[in-house]
Amino acid sequence: MADTAQMNDQKSDPNVLVRVDNLHMHFPIYKGIFRRQVGAVKAVDGLTFDIRRGETLGLVGESGCGKSTAGRAILRLYDPTSGHVHINGKDIAELSRTELRKIRPQMQMIFQDPQASLNPRMTVGSIVSEPLDEHGIVSGKEKKARVGELLDAVGLNPSFVNRYPHEFSGGQRQRIGIARALALNPEFIVCDEPIAALDVSIQAQVVNLLEDLQSKLGLTYLFISHDLSMVRHIADRVAVMYLGKIMELTSVENLFKTPKHPYTKALLSAVPVPDPKIEAKRERIILEGDVPNPANPPKGCVFSTRCPIAETKCFEDAPKWRDLGKDQYVACHLAG
Amino acid sequence: MDLDSQTSEPVIEVTDLKTIFHTQDGTVYAVNGLSFQLQPGELLGVVGESGCGKSVTMMSLLRLLPMPPAEIVSGTVQFEGKDLLQIDDDELRKIRGGRIGFIFQDPMTSLNPVFTIGFQIMEPLREHLGLDKSAARDKAVELLELVGIPSARERLRDFPHQFSGGMRQRVVIAIALACDPKLLIADEPTTALDVTVQAQILEIVRELRQKLGMAIVWITHDLGVVAGIADRVAVMYGGFIVEYAHVSALFENPQHPYTIALLETLPGTNADGEHRLLSISGQAPNLINKPNSCPFAPRCKFAFDKCREQNPQLEMRGDDHKVSCWFDVEKNEARA
Repeated sequence: MADTAQMNDQKSDPNVLVRVDNLHMHFPIYKGIFRRQVGAVKAVDGLTFDIRRGETLGLVGESGCGKSTAGRAILRLYDPTSGHVHINGKDIAELSRTELRKIRPQMQMIFQDPQASLNPRMTVGSIVSEPLDEHGIVSGKEKKARVGELLDAVGLNPSFVNRYPHEFSGGQRQRIGIARALALNPEFIVCDEPIAALDVSIQAQVVNLLEDLQSKLGLTYLFISHDLSMVRHIADRVAVMYLGKIMELTSVENLFKTPKHPYTKALLSAVPVPDPKIEAKRERIILEGDVPNPANPPKGCVFSTRCPIAETKCFEDAPKWRDLGKDQYVACHLAG
Repeated sequence: MDLDSQTSEPVIEVTDLKTIFHTQDGTVYAVNGLSFQLQPGELLGVVGESGCGKSVTMMSLLRLLPMPPAEIVSGTVQFEGKDLLQIDDDELRKIRGGRIGFIFQDPMTSLNPVFTIGFQIMEPLREHLGLDKSAARDKAVELLELVGIPSARERLRDFPHQFSGGMRQRVVIAIALACDPKLLIADEPTTALDVTVQAQILEIVRELRQKLGMAIVWITHDLGVVAGIADRVAVMYGGFIVEYAHVSALFENPQHPYTIALLETLPGTNADGEHRLLSISGQAPNLINKPNSCPFAPRCKFAFDKCREQNPQLEMRGDDHKVSCWFDVEKNEARA
C-alpha cells in the first residue's frame, strides 16, 4: 500500500477524505540526571489507511494498543514523530501553527468522558459558542441563533443555554460535547470512545444521534471504541489495532463473518454474546498472557508472543500488509 | 422448579433489605426492600444501570457502607444461622474475607499499594485460618497458581504496581478465595478490564466454580457476561429487583418492560447491524423521592394510572420467574 504510484492515485481520489500514511507516534522515555533519552514508547507504529468521504471507520483494540493516540495524532493534537496525514489533500502533519488553525474547523473531536471534557465553570451556551468566537465566524444575534440551532440538533432544549454541565446527566453532557464539535461545520470527526462512559440505555440514544447527524450533515467519522458490538452497528469498515499497529482492516461484514487475523479471531471470540444459548455452545480462543510493553515490542510480528498459530518466521520477520481481496487487508504471515 | 420451595438450605437469605442515605438534599432511597436467596453453588447475576442500587445492596449485606450517611432501615441477612445485620463487629469481621469473599470493581484501588501482594494474600489466611507464616506462604502460592499467575512464588514479593490490570484482578480473586468462602460477592469484577482479559477471568471463574462449589453473586451491567455465566438473574432498577428469573427464561421470555427495553437496546450482534438502535427515552430515576410508585413508570411505554400510584411487588409469574409489574406484557393487558 505504501507504493508511491498507488499513493498518488489515492491522493487524487475524490472519495478519500483522510489519508493516513505510515504514521508514527513515539513518546520518548528519559532517564538519569541528564534526562537522556533511553527509549521510546511506540504508541503508534506505522499506520497506513484511508477514510472515505461519508463513511464511519471503526478503530478497535484493547486498552493501551494506541487507538486513542492514533486519533489524536491524526488531528495533530500530538505532533507525530513521522508520517503524513492528508485531510482534503492537505498534509496536516506538516502545516505551520497558523495554517493548521485555519483548517481546524474541518476536523473535530468528541471525547470519551463528558464529565472531564466540559469546563464546569462555563455555561452550556459559552461551551458551544466558544469555537464560533475563536474562529470569529459569527457574533451577536447570529451566534445566539446558531447555538440554539446546535442544541436543537443534538436533542437538547435550546433554553438550557445558561445552565452548567453539572446540571445535566451523562448522556446529555455527551450531547453538549457533540454540539460543540459540530459548531464549525466539520467534515471529519474523531469520536474517541464517545459512549464508553454511558449506561447501556443511554448509549443507544447517543449512537442514534451520531448516525442521524452523519446522514443529515454528511459527516465522516473515525469511531474509536473497544465495544465491538457497537462498532459492528455503526461502522462501515473496521481497523483492528494491536500494540501500535493495524492487524486487520476490512468491511464490517468481512470482519465479523470471515475474520482472517488470529488476533481478530481471538478478540471476536472474547466478546460475550447476550444470549445464553449461544454462550453455552461457543468456542472461545483464550489468549495467554498480557499485551507486551510498547516500549519494547517483540521482534517480528508484534502479536507473535500470544498468537496461537505462530511459526518460526513470525518471531523473526514483521509481516507485510497483504491484500486478501474483497477489501480485506491483513498483517499476518499465515492468514489467508 | 419453585425457588422458595427448594429443599436444600440456601447459603444466604436476604429478606426485605432497605438501605437509605441521609444527604443534604434529603433522604436517598437506594435499596427498597430487596429479598433474594442463593442455593449452594448457584451463580446469581445482578444487572442494572449505574445508580440502580446493585453495589449498595451487596455492601449492605456485609455492612461495608459508611454509617452515617448510610442507614440500613430494615431487613435480615441470614448466613450460616446468623443475621449479619445484627451480629457484633468482631463476629462480622470473622465472616468478611473468611466465609464471604468480596471482589471489588477496580483492582487498583482494592489492593494496598504499599504492601507486597504476598503479604496481602497471606493476611486473611493468617487472620481467619490461623496459619503460620510458611504455611500461609505455601497456600498463597497455591492460590496464585489457581488463578493462573505464572512463577507465583517469585511474584509474592512484588507490589501491585508491578502487575498488569488483568493480573491484579487475579490477585484480588485469589485473596477473595483465600479462605475457601461459601459465598463470593463480585462487584463488576471485569468491567475495568479488556475483553480478552475478561474472557480469561470468566474462564477461571467457571473452572473455580466447578472445583470449589461456592455460591457467587456477580454484579455487572453487561448482559453478555450474565448470559455466559449466570444461573439466575436479578434485574434491578431504582433500588428494586424488577425481574428475577432463570437466565434462559430471562433472555427468551423477559416479562418486565424494563428488561425488555434493556435487551432491545443492545446492538444485534447477529443481525446485520442495519436497523436503528432502540433506546429507552428519559433518565434514570432520582432516588430522592420516596418510592411510592413504580420507578420505571416515567419511561415505560405500558404505564397506566395504577403504575404512578402504587408500587408493584415482586410476584411469581410462571415457573421460577418473578416480576414486579402491574402490566402483563404477554397478554397485553393490566394484571388483575
